Amino acid sequence: MKTGSIAAALFLLAAPAFADDTIKIAYIDPLSGGGALVGEVGLKHFHYLADQINAAGGLNGKTIEIVAFDGKANPQESLIQAQKAADQGARIITQGAGSSVAAALSSWVTKYNERNPGKEIVYLNYGAIDPALTNDKCAYWHFRFDAHTDIKMAALTTFMKDRSSIKKVYLINQDYSYGQSVQRDARAMLKEKRPDIEIVGDELHPLFKVTDFSPYIAKIKASGADSVITGNWGQDFALLLKAAAGAGLQTDWYTTYAGLIGGPTAVRQTGLSHRVFVASVYAPNTAPAEAQAMDADFRGKSGTALLPPYVNEMRVLAKAITDAKADDAKSIAAQLEGLKLPSYEGGELVMRSDDHQVFQNMFIASFGPLDPGAKFDEEGTGWGWKTIGSVNGADTVVSTTCKMERP
Amino acid sequence: MLELVSLSLLNGVLFGMLLFMMASGLTLIFSMMGVLNFAHASFYMLGAYFGYEISRRLGFWTGLVAAPLIVGVLGALVERHGLRRVHRLGHLSELLFTFGLAFVIEELVGMFWGKLPVDYRPPPALDFVAFRIFGTNYPAYRMFILVVAAAMFVFLIAALRRTRVGLVIRASLTHPDMAAMLGHDVPGVFMTVFGVGSALAGLAGVIAGPALVTQPSMAALLGPILFVVVIVGGLGSLAGAFIASLLVGIIQTFAVAINASLGSLFGTSAPPGLGDLWQVSVAELAPIVPYILMVGVLIFRPRGLLGTRES
Repeated sequence: MKTGSIAAALFLLAAPAFADDTIKIAYIDPLSGGGALVGEVGLKHFHYLADQINAAGGLNGKTIEIVAFDGKANPQESLIQAQKAADQGARIITQGAGSSVAAALSSWVTKYNERNPGKEIVYLNYGAIDPALTNDKCAYWHFRFDAHTDIKMAALTTFMKDRSSIKKVYLINQDYSYGQSVQRDARAMLKEKRPDIEIVGDELHPLFKVTDFSPYIAKIKASGADSVITGNWGQDFALLLKAAAGAGLQTDWYTTYAGLIGGPTAVRQTGLSHRVFVASVYAPNTAPAEAQAMDADFRGKSGTALLPPYVNEMRVLAKAITDAKADDAKSIAAQLEGLKLPSYEGGELVMRSDDHQVFQNMFIASFGPLDPGAKFDEEGTGWGWKTIGSVNGADTVVSTTCKMERP
Repeated sequence: MLELVSLSLLNGVLFGMLLFMMASGLTLIFSMMGVLNFAHASFYMLGAYFGYEISRRLGFWTGLVAAPLIVGVLGALVERHGLRRVHRLGHLSELLFTFGLAFVIEELVGMFWGKLPVDYRPPPALDFVAFRIFGTNYPAYRMFILVVAAAMFVFLIAALRRTRVGLVIRASLTHPDMAAMLGHDVPGVFMTVFGVGSALAGLAGVIAGPALVTQPSMAALLGPILFVVVIVGGLGSLAGAFIASLLVGIIQTFAVAINASLGSLFGTSAPPGLGDLWQVSVAELAPIVPYILMVGVLIFRPRGLLGTRES
């Protein structure tokens, strides 16, 4: 049995009693299959954050309830679950694992809201980072709380610009909208910032289908690359690094998701100390004391790190609901536009009205043995993230092609 | 070029042997007993998790021996108390039973060990570089996999063809009624063969766990390709499965190395309607190549490479 359906069944039984004093947030992400790992960790985040808000008295006197649905990282399946969530009265849905799912959900929400006036749904995206979602495919009811690929790759390539040791770069990515956006950005941005760098290989492989990456590693080796750029996440990242470790491939790795669950364990096994870099909104060992305390508390309870996009999403949502003194999607969406809040990881968080994309401080970190005094190692490896660069939120702002259609 | 060809060949053989290790148990169960066992990859996963659990308490080598035995006993119990009942209802019931079992095992593993990959590593005694070729390391552990897979092949062939036990097993599988008339315990033989097949899957799990990632989705990731190996190799043939494993391993590895697409061969302008297909490189198709091979075999040679029967 799936956790999601059990939760859904229990919810059905319990629904009438609480209908009026809870705010339901439908969490639609993979709870089975290759993406289950990521989905499970996300669910723990939302339960933790909701418990915190409820313990402090809830929002406008109501408590938050997280209802989990198994989207199986599949667009069709996720839409069925979204419909189920809507039928059960959820007016806030959140999803983050997989941009193909996000695109389907975003356009579904727009249509649903047109057909069901008075029952609108708002869609909060904490991690699907295909730029199209806040550009060509932008939608009024969709709000994104993680930096998208263009922003991450801009930070990553700016960092690479000053590393003169980079001469030959190999690109390897997952073959779907997100992986292709990493590929496209890496090519365009390196051409602009470091035209002398040669791109010696450019590979797309199917999502969650490869068991042994050794043949790909042999190709990288044969190309003579000194650095690899990859947007891989989940098991595709772990297996790639594992094969690299086995073959003794000595390259630097520039990544967007090395920090995601399972990533640190894989990097530790390669033994590549401070040669794997990540551009993200996460910097545990240099975070403000308040964030570190919360992170430590979460790690004690769930065994994994507390990642900022979830925290920011819930904080922003809580502020929007209390400011609006209402929890219907229309009031929430109106409050979210242009909302500013101190970010969990320090600095300021701004939800841009033009495209509903959040801008916040970005960090470049490398993974290796902990410096003296550093607080957090990851996944029990004894290694941790060292923040080696940061970009101010205001400097990460990129233009958008979004022409927002407002209802 | 020479570098890429030799590395691809080596990687292909290594991957092929890994596949054979995982498929050998299924050859016994599916291709010899004729049981459509969708839960085979789940026994492989159980082997990996038991191996991990035992190795962190009592060491890798204890796990290597104990975990397959536990999985084998579990397999025998599943045959005795589950499959034997549904067996008389035909293939469809078997398929549904094992299909359900695979889901149950995946969820149970997730409950006990969590969805996170566990940190299952090769033993220190095998954690060194065996040799270097063109600047690429080949870990001793991969050589260990190669040796174990070859040993499994030799052991199974010898046991089935050269021993009296093998003779009884083959007789029970092909002529169960006659074997029973002659006083052999046919249901017992079935249970044992299923148990041994599961134990082989468990052994593959203990060994492949550290080389790949040990997590609850590992069974679903490998399940389908094992059927490809058995079908391409031919039902009822151990040697066929061996050849098919190597074939799948080598073809897939070489496909990854080839960057050519239709566009690069016949000019960049695609004929109408073929836009995307024209640009797809062979490397991008690599993971589906084994399935193309399976479809081709089913159409042109339904018996498989060395198969002895059609179904």
